[in-house]
Amino acid sequence: MAIQKKSNIHILDGNQAAAIAAKLSRVQVIAAYPITPQTPLTEQLSQYVEAGELQAEYVAVESEHSAMAVCTSASLVGARTFTATSSHGLAYMHEMLHWAAGARLPIVLACVNRAIGAPWNVLNDQQDSISQRDTGWIQIYCRNNQEIMDTVIQAYRIAEIVHVPVMVCYDGYILSHTEMPVDIPDQKDVDRYLPPYKPHTVLDPANPKNYNLVTLANPRVGVDGKLCHGYMELRYLLQEALQNSRETILQAGKEFNEVFGRDYANMFWEDREDAEIIIVAMGSLAMEAIVAADMLREEGIRVGVLGLRVFRPFPKSDVVRALRKSKLIVVFDKNISYGSEGATCSEIKSALYGTYINASIRNFIVGLGGRDVKARELVDATRKAIASLKETVINPDYPEWICQI
Amino acid sequence: MAQKSSLNNRPLEIRWHGRGGQGAITAAKIIAQAAYVKGYQGVTAAPSFGAERRGAPVSASTRISHEPVLVVSQVENPDIVVVLDHTLLKYPDVTQGLGKNGWLVVNSPLPPKELGIKGEFNIATADATKVCQDLGLIVAGLVIVNTAILGAVIKATRIVDLPTLEKVMRERFSNSTVDINLAAINKTHEITKLAK
Amino acid sequence: MGTRECNHICDESSPGIGEAGITGEWRIVVPSIDEKKCIPARSNKPTCFLCWLYCPEAVITKGIPPSINLEYCKGCGICSQVCPVQAITMLPEEKM
Repeated sequence: MAIQKKSNIHILDGNQAAAIAAKLSRVQVIAAYPITPQTPLTEQLSQYVEAGELQAEYVAVESEHSAMAVCTSASLVGARTFTATSSHGLAYMHEMLHWAAGARLPIVLACVNRAIGAPWNVLNDQQDSISQRDTGWIQIYCRNNQEIMDTVIQAYRIAEIVHVPVMVCYDGYILSHTEMPVDIPDQKDVDRYLPPYKPHTVLDPANPKNYNLVTLANPRVGVDGKLCHGYMELRYLLQEALQNSRETILQAGKEFNEVFGRDYANMFWEDREDAEIIIVAMGSLAMEAIVAADMLREEGIRVGVLGLRVFRPFPKSDVVRALRKSKLIVVFDKNISYGSEGATCSEIKSALYGTYINASIRNFIVGLGGRDVKARELVDATRKAIASLKETVINPDYPEWICQI
Repeated sequence: MAQKSSLNNRPLEIRWHGRGGQGAITAAKIIAQAAYVKGYQGVTAAPSFGAERRGAPVSASTRISHEPVLVVSQVENPDIVVVLDHTLLKYPDVTQGLGKNGWLVVNSPLPPKELGIKGEFNIATADATKVCQDLGLIVAGLVIVNTAILGAVIKATRIVDLPTLEKVMRERFSNSTVDINLAAINKTHEITKLAK
Repeated sequence: MGTRECNHICDESSPGIGEAGITGEWRIVVPSIDEKKCIPARSNKPTCFLCWLYCPEAVITKGIPPSINLEYCKGCGICSQVCPVQAITMLPEEKM
């Protein structure tokens, strides 16, 4: 049920949207290190704190590794924490990303997607966050600035229920530096949607405890005589939390719609009954893909678009339902799992295995290091994929690259 | 959230060319905001992506549509090209892709016909630099023409009207600077020469 | 079309003049040396050359007077700032 609310639309870029969303979420500790193209976001947040508009501690750290260490510590003592980074910054944070997830802390991180060197490149692709796929974080990708605003707020709701950190990913420059209309939610509504953070454990000097100490492979009996989890049980519980977070993510999207009038699921899917060819893309490319699909439909080619939103946990059953009538799936990836294929293509193949869906899958690697991806290029690639159906191979081993080699 | 594109409703695309520090990006944003105020539901404004250097050629873009803008790739075939510094006209990429019936709007002391630019598009010129010099719109030794040129842009293209632009300018600028900028817009609007 | 003929497997380039293009194009003010004030010019001796030493673009050649390669001078004005006798003034660039 979409309700009509009085809108408060401003023309914002993606970094501004993320900063305002963090402020509306009443974050209490921010620790971040500036890096292109995330920099304006941290600048904006430090200004909010400096001006007293946001009651938070802004910790200026000397590295991204330290930023996540500060977030982890702050979250453990019960603060709602926020950080943001890009590219090499996220790579540098890698160790502490594991630590945040392993400690089951509901930290929210805005990842402004940017390519990784060598060679140096400051422009957009999704290799940075995809490279952090197995750190135990929930990953959500945004298509536009409104989704950045709304997803940061939802991220806290999700993280604080399932006790798993959430990475909100959006394309560098394409969204971070591009202004578009964004409806800024009312603080009262955000407060209603997002109750104050209640930590699962609090480091409290009055009640001293150890957290995340050396944990043996097997369960052990603690000093209080109770049997404690071994390392492997704790890993299982993190996996279980991500597996089960689907429901929480869907619920958070539904409740968000009830309060703000904008509906979110774990992917963007318009059920076009007749579509036999499905284009799959993630992030802002999923919007350009809609333009491409419309161009193809004008030619009478029945195309639909599946925009991936939640990458971890990967919504296998929902993707299968969306793809049930497909004959050809064309997956565009702004990342590459070297020696294999695009990461989202692998996920889709994995989700489809063992179902009755026996669609051909074509994977194209596009837009690395800020290479512009135009709707007409998506159209051309899709046409090429259709033409290749005459060949016998259902799934080629390796992806095609839209580049000049 | 369902999003639909409409091919018949292709966004109006503006590409801005200036030099780092001249305010081309701000101009791109002001027009986007004014168009939104005027009732266009879809607007985007973006700088050219990556590093920008003072004095070096830079570009920016604005898209304007009655529906949400779904295109996120770079502008290829602009309907309008705005040049804040006429010395940039020697670069072929400035007018690249500008189609028939499009508008080339240039800050130049020369009338459109004397620019020596060939193309099937319309040309508008105004000496925004002189307008700003006369008004004293100079910051740190630089003549700031980005607001003034908007007067020429809207005279040629009529995307928005002067009162809408004034409304947006009053929202964005402080009281102490808004009047001189508005005077620059009005004066440039008045002196803009059009050649269709 | 195609870049296969490039036999590099990682990004590489050789240091050279103009790697970033004709950077003189970026200039909005241009340095002008007043030979009546410039120490080497006035004394006819190879001396001072602070402008040469401080120029971050290395476009100043030691000479009497020093010469500036305007093709690559970005007009940053550091030479004008360091000149001990204020012999270098930054003038508005006249382009085209």
